[in-house]
Amino acid sequence: MSTISTGNQKRLNRSFTGDLFLTLFLAVFAAFMVIPLVFTVSNALKPLNELFLFPPTLLVRHPTLTNFADLFHLMSNSWVPFSRYVFNTIFITLAGTAGHVLFASAAAYPLAKHRFPGGRLLFSIVVLSLMFSPKVTNIPNYVIMSRLGWINSYAAIIVPAFAASLGLYLMKQFMEQIPDALLEAAKIDGASEYRIFFRIVMPLVKPAWLTLIILSFQALWGTSGGSFIYSEQLKPLPYALGQIIQGGIVRAGPGAAVALFMMIVPVAIFIVSQSSIIQTMTSSGMKE
Amino acid sequence: MDRAEIEGPSRQEQAARSMLPSALRWRLLEAKKHRHSYVLLAPYTILFLLFTVLPVLIAIVISFTSFNLLEFPKWVGWHNYTRMFLEDEVFLIAVKNTFLFAGIVGPLSYLMCFVFAWLVNELKPRTRALMTLFFYAPSISGNVFFIWQIIFSGDRYGYVNGFLLDLGIIQQPIIFLKNEQYVLWIVLLVQLWLSLGVGFLAFIAGLQTVDRTLFEAGAVDGIRNRWQELWFITLPSMRPQLMFGAVMQITASFAVADVSTQLAGFPSVNYAAHTIVTHLEDYGSIRFEMGYASAIATMLFIVMVGSNIVVQKLLRKVGD
Repeated sequence: MSTISTGNQKRLNRSFTGDLFLTLFLAVFAAFMVIPLVFTVSNALKPLNELFLFPPTLLVRHPTLTNFADLFHLMSNSWVPFSRYVFNTIFITLAGTAGHVLFASAAAYPLAKHRFPGGRLLFSIVVLSLMFSPKVTNIPNYVIMSRLGWINSYAAIIVPAFAASLGLYLMKQFMEQIPDALLEAAKIDGASEYRIFFRIVMPLVKPAWLTLIILSFQALWGTSGGSFIYSEQLKPLPYALGQIIQGGIVRAGPGAAVALFMMIVPVAIFIVSQSSIIQTMTSSGMKE
Repeated sequence: MDRAEIEGPSRQEQAARSMLPSALRWRLLEAKKHRHSYVLLAPYTILFLLFTVLPVLIAIVISFTSFNLLEFPKWVGWHNYTRMFLEDEVFLIAVKNTFLFAGIVGPLSYLMCFVFAWLVNELKPRTRALMTLFFYAPSISGNVFFIWQIIFSGDRYGYVNGFLLDLGIIQQPIIFLKNEQYVLWIVLLVQLWLSLGVGFLAFIAGLQTVDRTLFEAGAVDGIRNRWQELWFITLPSMRPQLMFGAVMQITASFAVADVSTQLAGFPSVNYAAHTIVTHLEDYGSIRFEMGYASAIATMLFIVMVGSNIVVQKLLRKVGD
């Protein structure tokens, strides 16, 4: 009974015009967000004559896969086969993401569940590092990479990604929710710290893994190698996309096809992991 | 005699050990007890120090030198900093643009993250999931923002031009991306489009954790409308997420570069969309004036961290 009455009271707080206005507002902005993505999808499916129709159309009329065929044709004639760019991106993304999840979780566990000298200091430096963009450290990183002899290798992109700070931060905040009693019980049963980490903690924080995976995946998937990779054979896909687009009008079709491919993979991962990510973000807050 | 000699050193040792500050000794003992923690922590920490902490320190040191990667750095004192503000006119344009971006994109994207999270949160679960996807998708879609290049393309096949020509609003296509008047605002628009990222998700999550019974209690205490509910109950309960979201949005809003380079070109027309980061990239990866580039990076570091700290202080006052 009481729940119904509070429900009614809540209704009273909300006016019909207010709701209408807010819904409209939401719809307009949703359109602003989605229309460019719709363009990306429908352009990839448009035949060439529709790509250059005047006035331009939002939706495709006669969907075709010609652009994808053209793309493979175009790239099979190029010096570096297209499959190589795809491989580079997939390799960098998978290796970097796997290492990040493992390293960041291993470090997050003691930070979240044990108090030891240096732990707090390290975590506050990680939080501080969220406050500046990695662009700040690009130049010294180049110097460090060249000292290590990693310039023009996958390692220059993959290894720094292992130690991304956002992932550690989110993982540590999430792990704090694990009840201490559970870990104490395992300890009394004689489990080692490593066993506790792999057998108890890791299975419990699956939602946080998925979050780290999507964040790391998205960052690495979009990387073009920058100044760290200069060999054509090692360049990732976004670089190839840039090259195709530079080709201008004749490349509009294949360009749209690559763009669709670039977009669809991270979005698909997000769709399957959305609820886990929201669950992780619940504990993302900064303590005062 | 013998005994005393044997005991002697050990007593000295004891004395020496007790001379170690007891705090330090306690720390060493603690550290030993936690060696498993350190083992788990080590791989991440080593890489983090090597690729995040050390580079900041190196940048600060190099910023006081003249360094071209080939010769040994030469100490020049504050010269790079005075050059930045007194001799480099393009840097001042970059600063102006960066602050314009950060001043508009920062607060606006923060507000967007919150307002959309708030509205989306009132929807039914299925619609909520779909809307979350719509709003979040641009920020994770890789380099798809290049689609804006086609939308604002300077010929009649650009969507905006096509639309305006078709309606008869303009007679000639506008070359948006090569026009000083428009290009900055287009980059700004695209940056906003990309800005509903992790902060947005954190707000959705934060709103879902607000204790529903607080609303009932609030109604009893005389809260009359949605806005009061928001300010006195919702916002204070999700303050930690608000602070996290602020860090994400502020840091991103100062780092505008890729969108500018991609859409406006490099350099953009009359440096209209030039930012501190593109200026940094110019000196760092094209001209190889690493000392000067590091001075720019150091300034950017100070500005980003400084504004984050100020905003954190302000957000602590929300709902008080």
